[in-house]
Amino acid sequence: MDPLTQPIGLEHYLVVGAVLFVCGVVCMAAKRNAVGVLMGIELVLNGANLNFVAFGSEYLRPGSPYWIGLDGQLIALFVIVLAAAEAAVALAIALSFYNAHATIDVDQANELKR
Amino acid sequence: MELERLLPLLLGLAWLLPLASFALIVLLGPRMGRGGRCAGYVAILAIAAAMVLSLAALAAWLIAYPLGGDAHAAARAAKPISGDWYPLGVFGSLRITIGYYIDGLTVAMFAMVTLVATCIHVYSLGYMHEELEDVTDPLVTLSNGQTLTRRGRFHRFFQYMSLFCFSMLGLVIAGNVAMVFVFWELVGICSYLLIGFYIERKSACNAANKAFIVNRVGDFGMIVGLMAIWSGLGTFSFDKYEDSQGHTVPGIFSQVRPTSAEHALVVPDGMVRAAARAEIAEIYGTSPSVEEAEKTIRRLVPGWRSEGLGYGLLVIAGLGIFCGCVGKSAQFPLHVWLPDAMEGPTPVSALIHAATMVAAGVYLVGRFYPVFTPEVLLVIAVVGCITLFIAATIALTATDIKRVLAYSTVSQLGYMMLALGAGGWVAGLFHLFTHAFFKALLFLCSGSVIHATGTNEMPKMGGLLKKMPWTAGTMLVGCLAISGAGIPLVIGLSGYYSKDSILAQLYSYAAQNPAYGWLFYVAAGGAALTALYMFRLWFLTFVGKPRDEHVSAHAHESPKVMYVPLVVLAVFAAILGGNVPFTDLGLQPLLEQARPMGTAEGAPAGLFLPGVTMPAEHLSHADAIHTPVSLTAFAAALAGFLLAAAIYWWRVLDADALRRAFGPVYTFVRGKWCFDELYQFLFVRPALRIASLAAAVDKFAIDGLAHALARSVRLLSVFDDLIDRLFVDGLVNLTAQRVYAIGLRLREVQTGRLRQYVTWIAVGTVGLFVLVMFFWSYALAGP
Repeated sequence: MDPLTQPIGLEHYLVVGAVLFVCGVVCMAAKRNAVGVLMGIELVLNGANLNFVAFGSEYLRPGSPYWIGLDGQLIALFVIVLAAAEAAVALAIALSFYNAHATIDVDQANELKR
Repeated sequence: MELERLLPLLLGLAWLLPLASFALIVLLGPRMGRGGRCAGYVAILAIAAAMVLSLAALAAWLIAYPLGGDAHAAARAAKPISGDWYPLGVFGSLRITIGYYIDGLTVAMFAMVTLVATCIHVYSLGYMHEELEDVTDPLVTLSNGQTLTRRGRFHRFFQYMSLFCFSMLGLVIAGNVAMVFVFWELVGICSYLLIGFYIERKSACNAANKAFIVNRVGDFGMIVGLMAIWSGLGTFSFDKYEDSQGHTVPGIFSQVRPTSAEHALVVPDGMVRAAARAEIAEIYGTSPSVEEAEKTIRRLVPGWRSEGLGYGLLVIAGLGIFCGCVGKSAQFPLHVWLPDAMEGPTPVSALIHAATMVAAGVYLVGRFYPVFTPEVLLVIAVVGCITLFIAATIALTATDIKRVLAYSTVSQLGYMMLALGAGGWVAGLFHLFTHAFFKALLFLCSGSVIHATGTNEMPKMGGLLKKMPWTAGTMLVGCLAISGAGIPLVIGLSGYYSKDSILAQLYSYAAQNPAYGWLFYVAAGGAALTALYMFRLWFLTFVGKPRDEHVSAHAHESPKVMYVPLVVLAVFAAILGGNVPFTDLGLQPLLEQARPMGTAEGAPAGLFLPGVTMPAEHLSHADAIHTPVSLTAFAAALAGFLLAAAIYWWRVLDADALRRAFGPVYTFVRGKWCFDELYQFLFVRPALRIASLAAAVDKFAIDGLAHALARSVRLLSVFDDLIDRLFVDGLVNLTAQRVYAIGLRLREVQTGRLRQYVTWIAVGTVGLFVLVMFFWSYALAGP
């Protein structure tokens, strides 16, 4: 069954979410720039968020016996807020790190291993 | 407020204030002002407040029970106030409480003790001022040959003084014998601490120990007496009380002198029963029931009593109590500690070893007067008489100014005991009060002299009259008072009244019991000796030429803080004996009113002493007795004074020639009748020998055993140590090494590279996922 021929359903959202997630992880692992890493985190969070919204949508899963209301949407909103807070803190750390080391290369930030 | 609640409140507060001061000084001590100066103020404040309270209590008492009129009716009206503040514990029928027993004697004693103590506290502020700074004690040589320099102990002095005042007042107000005993020991420990105030001096150290140990001997007798009282009467309380079942338990005095017997001395049932144990056991053996046996015993007790059963126990109780008083009041044969106690600071000698603590023995004899049988009273009289003579003779030869006064104190205490023993309850206690004031005065004067001259030795003094007019004047008043100066039959200083009443009672006693007439003659001779040694002291110190240039140049009048108390005490020493003019308000009527029930009428002959009867004290006031006695006493005192003046003032007689004339006698008396040597030989040396024997046993037998044990334990522990090191330690170390190595390995995983971590997380998650996919059994994961 070719998904491209199907009407838009839950699976399509999950595929997009998974792609986003993997992009995010790869971005986190590959980027040396701290801002890039942060972007990767945003992608990971948004990929997961997409899954929450999709699973929580009544339209995408009509008649499902497991549908339990707006919990998915609520958690998604919660994740967005968390992401905003996390981004604020992380950017502050990045800025502070730049002030101290004149770089935001995460490979340079290995002082905590000692 | 009614008297029954007012007096315990006033006197209880007066009693506890010095304790509060003591506690405060203990806690703050040297931090109270520079050198602890404020400690003195606190102590003075406490004792002065106590004095005000005590005088208020005295006033309240006098208002409630006016003096004068019919003395016997007054004595019956003025019932003692007794009760308990705090029950400490009830063990069967034994009841230990903190209680009070307040009668005229208690109130008067409170006023006297607080008054004298206040004067002495104020005086000490001046006398002890050297202790505010660091003190160099020239009498102590250290092992490196230098003299000792130490921190001042001003606060400690006042701390002990406060504790002493508290203990002394507690002893006076105590409502039962157990409490009396506790405070009896407390004043003893205060005395010990203050005699040893200059603890670095070997002599002070020895004197403190001597005082304490000699008092233990007396206290042993006292404990025997207490046990006799407890086993015979079943109570320690002076007055009746209600036990937990609501029964009224009669007190000691009402058991010994029941109202039913018109307050005559009766052997109490308990003592009769204790003596008739064998008969009682037999009755119990033969009777059908306990009630029956009790009924029979109750019927038989009067018969046993008239046979004399139990009387011996009563005598033992009395002798035991008196034994404690012998120790505390320094009576023969336990008088040896008091002269040595002069090692303490002079205010201590004045307060503790002249005015109050040593008088506590006399006070206790007065308190327990109803319990004493005629036999005990005779013993008291004889002991007092011997003491008075021995001490007076030693006082004649002593050259240390404080020792003269100390022996004088012993001698005067002998007078009190003699008076009490001869039936003169009022006379003996009257002398206690007057003596407290003039002897405290004399001691403080001697302290002032010592303070000024820096020496105790009278042969180094002389001619101080001009340099120290206040001291000399007040001391003259004291000397006149103790000698009993006065215009015979008209008026006199306090000692005149008290000594006259003692001698009058003795004269009356001698008239009734000619066999004991010598008591009177010794006492009258003692009066002459008193005047002789007192004026010897005064003349040697204050008149004549200065005998030591250095001492004389150094001398000066003491500061005001020291001589004002002297003046106050001198006024009291002068006027205390007489009544307030045109009234019956005075010490003697107060004591007359406080007299214990049943002791006013004299005493019949005792069981073991059929020949001796006690004349009633009021008989001695008759002119037929009073006039000759008064004249005799005056003549004796005058003779003593004239002799002293002839030798030491006018120099008509040469002291050295007299000394040579009485060679062996002088040496014997100067050596204090060799009591110290005798006791050294009889008790101290054998005790030390036994101690060294015990020490040898301890060293060789017990120490040897202990050492052997220790060695074997040590051997065992060496083995134990080996096992510990090799096995236990090895295991622990091995574990630690392994853990450390693993830790080092794991450390390498932490590279610090963020991206690597992310990769690991991703790979790990995927790996976990794969594992779960392949190996997770769905049966376990649930539906």
